[in-house]
Amino acid sequence: MEPSELKRSKDSPNSDESTRRSSFPDEVLERVLSLLKSHRDRSSVSLVCKDWYNAERWSRTHVFIGNCYSVSPEIVARRFPKIRSVTLKGKPRFSDFNLVPENWGADIHAWLVVFAAKYPFLEELRLKRMAISDESLEFLAVSFPNFKALSLLSCDGFSTNGLAAIATHCKNLTELDIQENGIDDKGGSWLSCFPESFTSLEVLNFANLSSDINFDALERLVGRCKSMRVLKLNRSVSLEQLQRLLVNAPQLAELGTGSFSEELTFRQYVELESALSNCQNMHTLYGLWDAKGIYLPALYPVCTHLTFLNLSYAALRSDELAKLLAHCPRLKRLWVLDTVEDKGLEAVGLNCPLLEELRVFPADPFDEEIIHGVTEAGFVAVSFGCPRLHYVLYFCRQMTNAAVATIVQNCPDFTHFRLCIMNPGQPDYITNEPMDEAFGAVVKTCTKLQRLSVSGRLTDLTFEYIGRYAKNLETLSVAFAGSSDWGMQCVMGGCSKLRKLEIRDCPFGNAALLSGLEKYESMRSLWMSACNVTMNGCRLLAREMPRLNVEVMKEDGSDDSQADKVYVYRSIAGPRRDAPPSVLTL
Amino acid sequence: MSKPIEHDYIGLSEQQLPSMEKSSDKKDGLHLKDTELRLGLPGSESPEREDHDQNVLSLKSFVSGAKRGFSDALDGGGNWVFSGGSGGGTEGLFSPRRGGKNNGGKDLSGSDSGSVLKDGAAQKPSVVQEKKPQVAATSSHGNGNIAPASKAQVVGWPPIRSFRKNTLAAHPPKNDDGDGNAEAKLGSGCLYVKVSMDGAPYLRKVDLKIYGSYKDLSSALEKMFSCFTIGQCGSHGVSSGDGLTESRLIDLLHGSEYVLTYEDKDGDWMLVGDVPWEMFTDWCKRLRIMKSTEAIGLAPRAMEKCKNRT
Repeated sequence: MEPSELKRSKDSPNSDESTRRSSFPDEVLERVLSLLKSHRDRSSVSLVCKDWYNAERWSRTHVFIGNCYSVSPEIVARRFPKIRSVTLKGKPRFSDFNLVPENWGADIHAWLVVFAAKYPFLEELRLKRMAISDESLEFLAVSFPNFKALSLLSCDGFSTNGLAAIATHCKNLTELDIQENGIDDKGGSWLSCFPESFTSLEVLNFANLSSDINFDALERLVGRCKSMRVLKLNRSVSLEQLQRLLVNAPQLAELGTGSFSEELTFRQYVELESALSNCQNMHTLYGLWDAKGIYLPALYPVCTHLTFLNLSYAALRSDELAKLLAHCPRLKRLWVLDTVEDKGLEAVGLNCPLLEELRVFPADPFDEEIIHGVTEAGFVAVSFGCPRLHYVLYFCRQMTNAAVATIVQNCPDFTHFRLCIMNPGQPDYITNEPMDEAFGAVVKTCTKLQRLSVSGRLTDLTFEYIGRYAKNLETLSVAFAGSSDWGMQCVMGGCSKLRKLEIRDCPFGNAALLSGLEKYESMRSLWMSACNVTMNGCRLLAREMPRLNVEVMKEDGSDDSQADKVYVYRSIAGPRRDAPPSVLTL
Repeated sequence: MSKPIEHDYIGLSEQQLPSMEKSSDKKDGLHLKDTELRLGLPGSESPEREDHDQNVLSLKSFVSGAKRGFSDALDGGGNWVFSGGSGGGTEGLFSPRRGGKNNGGKDLSGSDSGSVLKDGAAQKPSVVQEKKPQVAATSSHGNGNIAPASKAQVVGWPPIRSFRKNTLAAHPPKNDDGDGNAEAKLGSGCLYVKVSMDGAPYLRKVDLKIYGSYKDLSSALEKMFSCFTIGQCGSHGVSSGDGLTESRLIDLLHGSEYVLTYEDKDGDWMLVGDVPWEMFTDWCKRLRIMKSTEAIGLAPRAMEKCKNRT
């Protein structure tokens, strides 16, 4: 529809603006463009010509900002007057792993103040890795009368008091999605703050929180929100309570159970199974905290139409997983703990031919002594059974080059290949060779690869392969790898579509850093920590590329000349003013 | 006398049993502290059990209150041999049963204890499924550029989000309460329920944890109570003593005048066999071998079977 229209109009000569204007009024253009959803398409459209730029900015209702410091809220508000939905990402991804100092920044408040003035009809706010305080949440709750959807992922700085403010004031709320945040859990009373007249909630996710909520309040809330389609409970909700909720909400499409382990009587079990079997729309299942294998059969009625099953908080054994998966033929996405072991993964390969995404998390990532988890065999088994696999996140303790070669031969369509061999710098455990050929096979075979995380013992050869073959690569994560600057130079020179590069504990120095001089402006960001980059190298980069922000985080007691952590990103807002003392902007 | 083929349920290995057969005095060989009733026939047991007439006698001796160690009962022990759990990992009461699970059971700190029977951990760590020699974490680091002293000290590695880390730390993944601790397991590792049989003068107790399936339980109960039923089901008499075959057991319990029922946690009497085994072991409070004539409301299926046979 509209893409082909656009194509025609793009193809037509656009040098004569007056002619075009008469045949293509702004209003029509705006109307057409308003149907464009992808922010990348919109960015492309805005570059065509001035008319299109204007039409696009007037018709855009959703803005996606991948790095909150790449632009300022004032600039956004000036360009896009009609925004109703904002997605904002803040800290570098390695902040998830405690590599970024606490008070680094990415505070939402300045944005909210501008939005309150310029976008009083704001409806949606989705934040990732932002700092957000209770005061900000209260401000949000009272400033936007039409506010509908709040999603917080990997954020921190707030408590359940902030959630109480949202529940109290947002009369039109449809979505409250609190995921994996550093939240100060002061108790579950926030949930009781939803007024009795409130019925609009469609998405409620409070799995992040640990304290008990008032179950009666929850039951009433779920009962009166007839449009609720996503409900993710926290661990304090029992199986029996789950059953009571489900009886009132058979329309649920996504369910995150609470604790799945208490003692049930036979009657309670039957009632739970019956309630679940009534949920004919359910396609996603989460939670299953502490799942006891014997109760899993209650899920069978739901399993037949499940497409996403997240068992990453349920330590299932291989036999328990196998029994469950036998009932899940339509599964497309599966997250598990490595307690299922290779045998469990064999069952995945046997039962889930439609699988597209697999994530295997380690149950015991920090204990070196215990020999368990998954190995290359499990991954290979999945690859044989699931040719459509294109997204994998795999934590393991051993891998071989041959196995990876087999895997990508079976599944050449990988777009996201994230392999984490948990022991840093570990070679192929059979041949003792570096894992270069494994990742070489990945980039050679998987031409659609967008995201790659490498691990194990890797020389520069890996990066030569990446630079030469990974032409669609956008995100690359590297740790404990490489031999010299040459490795990073290959990547900077070869990966034309690279947008995000994060590196830790690698022997890349100033030459490597500076080889990307031309490139960083086309990237969102670069992170390098515990590498061989010096302050001088960073200063040089900052001097040469004024439109980049070059920030160095110094650690206590480190050498003055070393740049311990470097974060480089493009910005039209100039250097930020809210950096803490430990962050130097060069 | 037959040599038992299976491991008997109290965990004697096959090597031990021949010696059992030889001696009828070995009463203490098994350390059966946990069983309350000690039953056995006077004198040698098994041959008499195979003889119908003598079973009547044995009944009398039971009535007279003679109590004997199980070792007596087991002499020559073919009839008293119970098949154990269905797979590895089942934990006999009395001695560790060998058998790591082959389906991937492992000795995770905080992970599952093993078998289908939920029987708690083995008294020694369950055998770990070792596939290939694991490259030790500290060895062959290769010439990795960074060789951290220990993984725990590397900040932010492996790359796992705090929420997941904290969640797993606070509640270590495990399937059963308690893990890896043999003492803790023993306490919770048994599930004794009383078994009564209509017409029998006394009850028995069985540990549901040591059975892996309904078949196993059925065989065990059959053997346990066969002395009471032989008189009524002469046609199903014990055969040459090679151990009771499964079909005969089922005949006796299901095809004849008795059905096996249990009382669940709600206090209802249910027919054994409807729910998955694991669930049954959780719900079952006691067992009753019921005359099928009494089981009319409970088990119409059994009634039909009974009719079919007569």
